[in-house]
Amino acid sequence: MYDDPKLGAHVDQKAIKISASDVQVFYGDNQAIKDVNVEIQDKTVTAFIGPSGCGKSTFLRCLNRMNDTIDVCRIEGSILMDGEDIYDKRVDPVQLRAKVGMVFQKPNPFPKSIYDNIAYGPRIHGMAKSKADLDVIVEKSLRRGAIWNEVKDRLHAPGTGLSGGQQQRLCIARAIATEPEILLMDEPCSALDPIATAQVEELIDELRENFSVVIVTHSMQQAARVSQRTAFFHLGNLVEYDETSKIFTNPTDERTESYITGRIG
Amino acid sequence: MTAVLTAFIFVVAIASFFLAKFRAQAASGGEPSRLHSRPSYHGFYSFLWVLLSGLGVLITLSLASNYHINTSLLGAIHDALPDSVFIERELILTDAKAIATGTVASKTGEVREAIAAEYSGLANTWAWVRMLGVIAGVLAAAGHTQRNVNVEFRARNNSEKVVQVILAAMATIAVLTTVGIVGSLIFETLNFFDKLDWRVDKYLFGTTWSPLSGVHHGSMDADKVGAIPLFAGTLLITLIAMFVAVPVGLFAAIYLSDFASKRVRAFAKPMLELLAGIPTVVYGFFAAITVAPFFRNSGDFIGLPISSESALVAGLVMGIMIIPFISSLSDDVINAVPQAMRDGSYGLGATKAETIRQVVLPAALPGMVSAVLLGFSRAVGETMIVVMAAGQGANLTANPFEAVTTVTVQIVMLITGDTEAETAAGPAFTLGFTLFCVTLLMNVLAQRIVRRYREMYD
Repeated sequence: MYDDPKLGAHVDQKAIKISASDVQVFYGDNQAIKDVNVEIQDKTVTAFIGPSGCGKSTFLRCLNRMNDTIDVCRIEGSILMDGEDIYDKRVDPVQLRAKVGMVFQKPNPFPKSIYDNIAYGPRIHGMAKSKADLDVIVEKSLRRGAIWNEVKDRLHAPGTGLSGGQQQRLCIARAIATEPEILLMDEPCSALDPIATAQVEELIDELRENFSVVIVTHSMQQAARVSQRTAFFHLGNLVEYDETSKIFTNPTDERTESYITGRIG
Repeated sequence: MTAVLTAFIFVVAIASFFLAKFRAQAASGGEPSRLHSRPSYHGFYSFLWVLLSGLGVLITLSLASNYHINTSLLGAIHDALPDSVFIERELILTDAKAIATGTVASKTGEVREAIAAEYSGLANTWAWVRMLGVIAGVLAAAGHTQRNVNVEFRARNNSEKVVQVILAAMATIAVLTTVGIVGSLIFETLNFFDKLDWRVDKYLFGTTWSPLSGVHHGSMDADKVGAIPLFAGTLLITLIAMFVAVPVGLFAAIYLSDFASKRVRAFAKPMLELLAGIPTVVYGFFAAITVAPFFRNSGDFIGLPISSESALVAGLVMGIMIIPFISSLSDDVINAVPQAMRDGSYGLGATKAETIRQVVLPAALPGMVSAVLLGFSRAVGETMIVVMAAGQGANLTANPFEAVTTVTVQIVMLITGDTEAETAAGPAFTLGFTLFCVTLLMNVLAQRIVRRYREMYD
């Protein structure tokens, strides 16, 4: 069934990090997501693929309650993280977002220095006791973001002055500086050139050691390259969710096959 | 007569438009694609030329006729009454024109009747010249443009060129007006300083303002034109106004842009902008009639002497007037901070307050500073409120409960006072020029900051 039986066995050992059941999302009267059930594993890269407007980004934004900032958005069903419902009234979305980092489609560094961009999260969460602590966090995050060598001599230059690929890696470093458990990436490479994309993909693969990564992507090659599990969304439904190798070589659903062979989407 | 000629020009221009259009259609032989320019462009080109040449001839000949009639008649009056002064001659000419046109003249007499007859003759001739000139010009333009109607003629490009020239002319008028105003300010200012024997230091640093007190002796007293009390008063009132307007305006903007629900915003923002629509004269008597007595009585009640015209009242009401400028501009600037910035901050687990304080406000700060500077410029130049509520005496004090005066108030006093305009104009223009320099400086500063702001994110 698997191309690589060892890989399959390896994946199966992982714990379930997020478990979503019967999730429905409405924008006003519009239903964007219908009955999505999905279990996301720890220390795994999970890719969401599907044609534009299929709801994959919307679902991603449910996982850290970013949809709360949109007035007309309404969510039903349950999303459990480590067994706790993140939509429970007692959960503070602000604390949740500290645990679930997010990288956006367009690089969005703050108009501050590179150092302050990285230090932003640690500062508001009080993670550093001293300036020296903060320096350590900033350096570590930039190194994990694979951008340290390029910016170490200009930490106090504005982050907006970097190239697009560097900005996106800066944003990834900024997201991991708060030590999240899960990293959500919404088409992180769509604004980048192939070289920057390759760098970011390499980075995602390294991040898998420490985080659970969920990535929304339009590029099926990218999903195949970086993810271990893939979910295919179509018209607000989760059509198929399985090992990446299985989705791309032997999909169960007709629609998945049509999409990966380029007939729909 | 002028109205009839103008109407005639328009009629011919419109007729020429249609003629050129139909001739272009005919020239295309039923195949519009053969034409370089569409028929209506041929019409438009003809219309523009007829209109411009007609109006041009009309204006030129009108100016020429006035000039010729006036100079020749004034010469005739001079020959008749060699001893008269210029003003007398002008009066006679006005009377003569009145007699000739059948309206009431201040005086009649032999000379006036003779000049009136001469005027009628000249005016009659000029009326004919004007009419024939306009007709000739209009027809020449129409004929010339009609000859140009053919398949190859680039009517579109040419008419666009003409329109471009018209636009440039309008822009030139605006620029020249500014240059003229500034030029006259500078000229009058230099004139005034000349009268002071170039004691500019006395003007800039003197503390007594009473420029007209020595005027009946025929000269300005340099010791009495110290503008310091006026600028101190302006500064005091402006500071009080900014003290009210900046916090209220900025916090209202932050609330409206990031905290208010859609419904509150839809109601509150127009309400706030309504403040900007209240004429300043209304603010002025509101300050003088409602606010000032209230403050004076409250002051009496707690044993604090507040004069009925005080810097405090003027500044307070002026501050209320400026609130919408600051809040509306700041609101725009805060809204211009991309949602991606806010999302980035929320995505890192920041609260709304942290996001606004650490991401939105720093990004919007330069724009907000320029909003504040714009408000400052308005406060410095504001007139009506201070005229009614701040007082007239040039009083050098830092006490906000006392009456002070401002630069704008003194300009009003000088110009509306009963001193003859030529004398009063000197200090008024000088004050105006100084004020202009101050506001210009503020505006340049504001624009600098705005330009820097644009580089922040794009």
